[in-house]
Amino acid sequence: MTIAPENTETEVPEGHVKLVVDGEEVIAPEGELLIRTAERLGTVIPRFCDHPLLDPAGACRQCLVEVEMNGRPMPKPQASCTMTVADGMVVKTQKSSRVAEKAQEGVMELLLINHPLDCPICDKGGECPLQNQAMAHGRSTSRFVDTKRTFPKPISISTQVLLDRERCVLCQRCTRFSDQIAGDPFIDLLERGVHQQIGTAETADIHNSASHTSSGTPFQSYFSGNTIQICPVGALTSAAYRFRSRPFDLVSSPSVCEHCSSGCALRTDFRRGKVMRRLAGDDPDVNEEWSCDKGRFAFRYAAAKDRIRKPMVRDESGELVEASWTEALRRAADALVAARESNGAGVLTGGRLTVEDAYAYTKFARITLRSNDIDFRARPHSAEELDFLASSVVGTTPEHVSYASLEKASAVLCVAFEPEDESPIVFLRLRKAARDKGTKVFHIGQWTTSSVRKTFGELLACEPGGEAAAVDGIAEHAKDLDAALSSDDAVVLVGDRAAEVPGLFGAVTRLAERTGTRVAWVPRRAGERGALEAGAVPTLLPGGAPVSDASARATLETSWGLDSGTMPAEPGRDTAAMLAAAASGELDALVVGGVDPDDLPDPAAAREALANVGFVLSLEMRPSAVTEHADVVLPIAPVDEKTGTFLDWEGRVRPFSITLEGTGALPDCRVLDTLAVEMDADLFTQTAQAAWSDFSRSRVVSAHQGSNPDQHSRPAASTPDTPDGTVRLATWRQLIDNGSLQVEEPHLAGTARDAVLRMSAATAERHGVTRGERATISTERGALTLPVEFTDLPDDVVWAPARSPESIRSVLGAGHGASVALSGGAR
Amino acid sequence: MGMFDPLKGFGVTFATMFKKVVTEQYPEDFYPSAPRWHGRHQLNRHPDGLEKCVGCELCAWACPADAIFVEGADNTEEERYSPGERYGFDYQINYLRCIGCGLCIEACPTRSLTMVNFYELADDDRRKLIYTKEDLMAPLLPGMEEPPHPMRLGENEQDYYVQGPELARGRGVPEGETVETSKEEAIQ
Ligand code: FES
Repeated sequence: MTIAPENTETEVPEGHVKLVVDGEEVIAPEGELLIRTAERLGTVIPRFCDHPLLDPAGACRQCLVEVEMNGRPMPKPQASCTMTVADGMVVKTQKSSRVAEKAQEGVMELLLINHPLDCPICDKGGECPLQNQAMAHGRSTSRFVDTKRTFPKPISISTQVLLDRERCVLCQRCTRFSDQIAGDPFIDLLERGVHQQIGTAETADIHNSASHTSSGTPFQSYFSGNTIQICPVGALTSAAYRFRSRPFDLVSSPSVCEHCSSGCALRTDFRRGKVMRRLAGDDPDVNEEWSCDKGRFAFRYAAAKDRIRKPMVRDESGELVEASWTEALRRAADALVAARESNGAGVLTGGRLTVEDAYAYTKFARITLRSNDIDFRARPHSAEELDFLASSVVGTTPEHVSYASLEKASAVLCVAFEPEDESPIVFLRLRKAARDKGTKVFHIGQWTTSSVRKTFGELLACEPGGEAAAVDGIAEHAKDLDAALSSDDAVVLVGDRAAEVPGLFGAVTRLAERTGTRVAWVPRRAGERGALEAGAVPTLLPGGAPVSDASARATLETSWGLDSGTMPAEPGRDTAAMLAAAASGELDALVVGGVDPDDLPDPAAAREALANVGFVLSLEMRPSAVTEHADVVLPIAPVDEKTGTFLDWEGRVRPFSITLEGTGALPDCRVLDTLAVEMDADLFTQTAQAAWSDFSRSRVVSAHQGSNPDQHSRPAASTPDTPDGTVRLATWRQLIDNGSLQVEEPHLAGTARDAVLRMSAATAERHGVTRGERATISTERGALTLPVEFTDLPDDVVWAPARSPESIRSVLGAGHGASVALSGGAR
Repeated sequence: MGMFDPLKGFGVTFATMFKKVVTEQYPEDFYPSAPRWHGRHQLNRHPDGLEKCVGCELCAWACPADAIFVEGADNTEEERYSPGERYGFDYQINYLRCIGCGLCIEACPTRSLTMVNFYELADDDRRKLIYTKEDLMAPLLPGMEEPPHPMRLGENEQDYYVQGPELARGRGVPEGETVETSKEEAIQ
């Protein structure tokens, strides 16, 4: 009897290969690394250097497996992290091959020869891949009896990152990260053979081998914390977290970063009610596995000694004294009711709110104060910006532009946007796109900043304030860019500095219309996008419908349970107008969230307004320039102590839940809800959940979103000319400076970039400034003296960081695009 | 049942009256425990007085009753509590939780944590039963010095660890056992 052989062959799809791993047949996509194929089958091959987001290196040799090709076994075990799958391959991992197992044991023994085994004092102990894999795949004893190689320990790579060279297994994850992902090769491999080690520019000098390393520059990276996280041994540790705790007694809770609009997923580890550290979370759609140093290290502000934990009211002698919630709320409610009944009260929310909190402010302004005087923009802003936000930003979701579309884009144009300083994860994506996918990145800015360099970008230099003209001139002067932008997948990113340049939003809109490219707005602060959506602006309702739209108002009145016609119909004042009105007595009270007057367009005027206005209610975490003038201060919870949602720049919803429970701190939405009850109104925002569901139910989407006819007719403002003898100032805030959420972080502050005054050599010569000197920029308000550095800025333009550390705005009363006097000669 | 049976029981009572009494008059009479009794913990010192604890938290990790809390910190050249980089900044044992199993002392990599014979671990206040570093630290013996201070023994770390006890004798530190004691007297 013959039986026809059964056809058990499985179809191999196009672009795939068939191989055998540990006796099991697998179909794998071409180009997949063996280590990943095995992983899919549930076999974890031990590894150190392999990291899915870094290029394969094959440096540690821990991942050895036995491989057979075309029926012929390869003479030696192969590194599975560098070898890709091939048709007909037979792979045996440590599971089925004694040879592979023995090879792995051997490598482990070798790696441990020089490892100090100082696990009890090592921060990695308990979460160490070396420790774990040595237990799982190592020999129980070592045959090595000689003296181990030692190094002085530890050396600091920066004030934040410490390096213990003895513990290093030379996997090169850190050097590959800094070279490939961040683009700051601040550490590198030095020396050869047994002396091989990781080092910095300084250690290279000691060994006189600076020529062997690419790191000729001093440490300067916004991403160095990631090397600590990916180090598979305890060689790189964090100075701030050093010796603080062990993984077993930390409670980890997923969280979202509150520092910028990138929306990074983080992991917050706490112990005994105190946050010990934060790590980058893994979110492939957003931050992949990275985070910037600010998000990782700046969290102690919430535990600062001067944190406001009790309500405070100003007594007769003018001192702020602690008071009960009842008393403070009563005081605030009485004053706000009185203000509402006479000239009205304005609301400045600040840009750091969650969507729920911003929504509570919106409702508070509209229902309780019966006014549209609310603005989230605690920075330079313009009416034009508001039009742009209303027509092109509000309501957009990641379907419009997302991290993925940056990666897929053929060209990206950054306008008035410094990605590395303003949204570091956007910067990492741009770099990845440019490096791996060949995306062309263009920047309209003033000088070849590190963002331009590290995104392999092209700079279209213009004068500060001349960005609008530059955008308008693209069609004529930058034909290649114009062509690139006309392709389907091109993207334009606009930063929030654009509000300081008259006509720029109009120019960008015209560009988008002409070329068909998509435009995304990347604000600097985490709460701005959400506040916009929640309607914390003078002209828009929650969801983006204009205040002037009667039917939208009616819809909202129904869902908010208000009497018909009670919603204010007049668009409100923006931040600057509110402050002016407060100073002149046209507003009787201000409700202020997290606002730093030094970030406002005119800090002096803002301070004066706060001092002059009849009543200031401040919702704050720590004493600030606002609480100095506040009549009532209500304490609110930092992100660790509340639940909420941020919207990142893409419009992606980033919900997070409470990390530290039971601290008694209340979120803004709860405080406002209670205050509203004192004023006989119900906001239904007792909890973030309640606020969110009320928000999702009540948002009214604008009918004419996406078109804004009056804007297109607006001509681009031509560059204002510079009066004789003055220069034009370019400025923006650097990622790490003295921002209010970066207090009590000396280690982080040590990695900030130097505050220097940048100018071209020609400008310097013309104004009598010499290299190596300090120079002074001044206005009639004041002067600022900084060390000079020569950079490729246009002539008669200087650049200075917006905090240096004093706020340039409060010292000079001038911002991006202003003209200032320049003089040299200061020592 | 015989007629004398009820009296038999009294016989036992009567006979006991002439035997040696086993009752201990605690706390008037205090008897030392067996030498290997697992009593209270002690944090030992190096022969120059520096702490042996490096704040590694392995004791806390090993503890099945979650009775130990440790937090480490950095030694600096100016303020040194233990040789090396790390020392135990905060050390607490909660004797309301401790079950005296001794896993912690087995986990200790520096033999800093040992147990002494002291067994009077009772109090009328729960808070007093959380022993902190001051309560647990071994007493300073003659020749020892209260940290912070630099490593006093020998020229280098090798000397300190290998020759430490001998070098310390020159400074008047007594020999052997007492430096890392399990005996009661050392505490009292
Ligand atoms: S993981 Fe394969 S060589 Fe390091």
